[in-house]
Amino acid sequence: MKWETVIGLEIHAQLATKSKIFSGASTGYGAEPNTQACAIDLGMPGVLPVLNQEVVRMAAMFGLAIGAEIARRSVFARKNYFYPDLPKGYQISQYELPIVQKGQTIIDLEDGSSKVVGITRAHLEEDAGKSLHEDFQGFSGIDLNRAGTPLLEIVSEPDLRSAKEAVAYMKKLHQLVVYLGICDGNMQEGSFRCDANVSVRPKGDPKFGTRAEIKNLNSFRFVERAIEFEIERQIDLIESGGKVVQETRLYDPDKGETRSMRGKEEANDYRYFPDPDLLPLVLDEAFINAARTELPELPDTKKQRFMEQYELSGYDASVLTVSRDLAGYYEATVAALGGEAKLCANWVMGDFSAFLNKDNRDIADSPVDSVRLAGLLRRIEDRTISGKIAKEVFEAMWAGEGDADAIIEKRSLRQITDTSAIEQVIDDVMAGNPDQLAQYRAGKDKLFGFFVGQVMKLSKGKANPQQVNELLMEKLKG
Amino acid sequence: MHDKTIAQISAGLAAGEFSSEELTRALLERVEQFNPQLNAFITITAESALAQARAADRRRQQGEAVPLTGIPIAHKDIFCTDGVRTSCGSRMLDRFIAPYNATVVEKLNAAGTVMLGKTNMDEFAMGSSNETSFYGPVRNPWDLNAVPGGSSGGSAAAVAARLTPGATGTDTGGSIRQPAALCGITGLKPTYGRVSRWGMIAYASSLDQGGPMARTAEDCALLLGAMAGFDPRDSTCVDRAVPDYVAALNQPLAGLKIGLPKEYFGEGLDGQVAQAVEAAIAEYRKLGAEPVEISLPNSQLAIPAYYVVAPAECSSNLARFDGVRYGHRCENPKDLLDLYTRSRGEGFGAEVTRRILVGTFALSAGYYDAYYLKAQQIRRLISDDFRRAFEQVDVIMGPTSPTAAFNLGEKADDPITMYLSDIYTIAVNLAGLPGLSLPVGFAGQRPAGLQLIGNYFAEDRLLSVAHRYQQVTDWHERAPVGF
Repeated sequence: MKWETVIGLEIHAQLATKSKIFSGASTGYGAEPNTQACAIDLGMPGVLPVLNQEVVRMAAMFGLAIGAEIARRSVFARKNYFYPDLPKGYQISQYELPIVQKGQTIIDLEDGSSKVVGITRAHLEEDAGKSLHEDFQGFSGIDLNRAGTPLLEIVSEPDLRSAKEAVAYMKKLHQLVVYLGICDGNMQEGSFRCDANVSVRPKGDPKFGTRAEIKNLNSFRFVERAIEFEIERQIDLIESGGKVVQETRLYDPDKGETRSMRGKEEANDYRYFPDPDLLPLVLDEAFINAARTELPELPDTKKQRFMEQYELSGYDASVLTVSRDLAGYYEATVAALGGEAKLCANWVMGDFSAFLNKDNRDIADSPVDSVRLAGLLRRIEDRTISGKIAKEVFEAMWAGEGDADAIIEKRSLRQITDTSAIEQVIDDVMAGNPDQLAQYRAGKDKLFGFFVGQVMKLSKGKANPQQVNELLMEKLKG
Repeated sequence: MHDKTIAQISAGLAAGEFSSEELTRALLERVEQFNPQLNAFITITAESALAQARAADRRRQQGEAVPLTGIPIAHKDIFCTDGVRTSCGSRMLDRFIAPYNATVVEKLNAAGTVMLGKTNMDEFAMGSSNETSFYGPVRNPWDLNAVPGGSSGGSAAAVAARLTPGATGTDTGGSIRQPAALCGITGLKPTYGRVSRWGMIAYASSLDQGGPMARTAEDCALLLGAMAGFDPRDSTCVDRAVPDYVAALNQPLAGLKIGLPKEYFGEGLDGQVAQAVEAAIAEYRKLGAEPVEISLPNSQLAIPAYYVVAPAECSSNLARFDGVRYGHRCENPKDLLDLYTRSRGEGFGAEVTRRILVGTFALSAGYYDAYYLKAQQIRRLISDDFRRAFEQVDVIMGPTSPTAAFNLGEKADDPITMYLSDIYTIAVNLAGLPGLSLPVGFAGQRPAGLQLIGNYFAEDRLLSVAHRYQQVTDWHERAPVGF
């Protein structure tokens, strides 16, 4: 039988606020346990939550960026359950009336086509603390630093049909929230993670199969592997006569498999009801318009513009707009050089990105700024140096030896374009290789490359390659 | 000295007739003397009270005193007090010391009041007789066999017995007004949002409101002026200027339209209480007010709606008391579930447990619409009743409680009968309106209270209506024999 996979993702994006969603405590990562939890985060008696307005602005920006409806009135609700890292015995979330409703995004698929993925809703909520089961013999430790950290939970429609589509969607949203500046996107620290709802059904069946929810996937690779494993598990199960049960599963990256959490979770009735400590969140047009004016150029728009304005391929434009910083760096380089968009694209995507990766640096602390890179490219363009020499100059610039001109001067890398000088080198090479010359002249054309190599070597790479070709061709004829 | 009202003490301090320290010492002596009988205080803070009194006297010498500087008061043990135990009348918090002050405490401290101690109360403010307290019942100074009412029973008894001239209370379904009525004092539940709930341990968040309890309306006006006001730490607190309640006390009564809801004078109302209330209304007529009969047709729905909404909210609010971070923890828990069930089972008393169970049930899947949602709809109907009434009248009047104080143990085993003692007060909380109770006579030896209900933020009106009555009557001056 042919099977079809149905996947929906619930993405948790930690909003990049300084303080928590309902208290003034810091959201900083990695502090000593329980040093960033105030009385409110600890759920002390008599304390009350006050909504951080910054999270509302961020959620509105996200909603506008996915073409969603921004609810003029949304409601915070309490999700009640007992757990030691949930200090109040309830999580403040949004239930019936979320702030963002009905949006969508477009993902690019590997075969070059694209697909619209519906986003059912996005709602604001607080994170819980962490239970630490290691290091405490016979006990569990509780760290409440994370309690009250603001999250935007983004729920997709069950529109995704493969693990690859799920990853493409997750990457798309990751790019978007980072573009918007509302999430740092740091997946190792858990700032961007997801739960995947996965089910399978016979192809063509309009009914959904029973789904399993895989919790807390915090890397693109894990999302892909976990979903792929889960699809296979469900198909195997059904084909061998079994039934998928609705349950929560955990992905074990070491074993590459998902495992049931059954037994840990009882049938939960969260007893949602509107939080009486918080008034309904009412937004007016002025607020929403203000959020709209703060929207940066979004990735899709930027990519389209790059293709038109700089006449780049779709691939180049995608790579260059992967982040706002990279796109900004590229545009600044083109502006400083005054054109040569393709040359700039090659260098920004090539050596520049490679060096950033190698040193694990951000663009903000790159040793070569866009003006310096343009200075180097200018020397390629005016033929002062060749592309090959430029790589050496770039490396020197990266090492902090100054700008391109200074390095070219100091290392005497200026390209030789003086015809008589190049002819002199050619004469020396011909004189030094009489056998090869004779063979060439006897018809062994392949040796031309040998002579080019020798000339470049003798000129230390500085001879203009095009001139070398032309002059050699003439001289070798005799 | 102990028989003086706050206004009289304020004048005496200003005139240098006595110091706050002298007064505080005298009152602490009375607390020492009478508390064993009354059990009105859970915690007595003699040492810090004297320090506060001396600081108040210094402040006065420096010419920086305000009307409440040096006035001794007591706080209901539901308000968190930095460094002093806040038990909420529960074993769960028997050893809990908050590292912060409630906004109400902070504001009254800033005004220069002196805290004598923390008063007894029904556990987590759930009760109408003060018999659910972990620290034992409070006795009514008018009759030691009678309850003081609840849940702010300790505050009411302490004021009535002249152990303190004023106290704070909280009112979720009548917990300031009913004990005020049963102890013969004056108590005001402000409009929801008038007084900050920060640091006030939550019972039912959408209904809870702190307010003053004292002998006279004038004293309540003085206290409310210091307690009220916007607090950015409470999202439900209303940002609205606080009027000068004392200056507004002398508004004329002539032409005042008084609404008498016929539903408040029917079956279940004690005859002597009815007589006292009717006599008070007659007095108001003499003073120029115009009583008219009105109807609040959904009154009979108030108690059922309240006993869904309040338990629902409390079931969630009290989830934090889980034995993990603070509060009572059972001995040697064998696993997490055991830690939860035994800590909570041992920490909470029967009434609190009952309300948590009722509330958990009411919010459960499949019951939510039938109970919680329905109760919220009833709340709107009740608010609409009041809205229509206030289109015709300025103030609504009726009995605060259907009976005078009942005997200790009389209703303790019958929750439904106990719940009915708040039948006239609960609707006011569901609508979020201000309500005030003042003493207007006796049923036998036990006081009877008149309830005034005002429109939103009409505390000034309620206080002045009560004050004018107190200027021509002396019920508020009567002291229980032996105190």
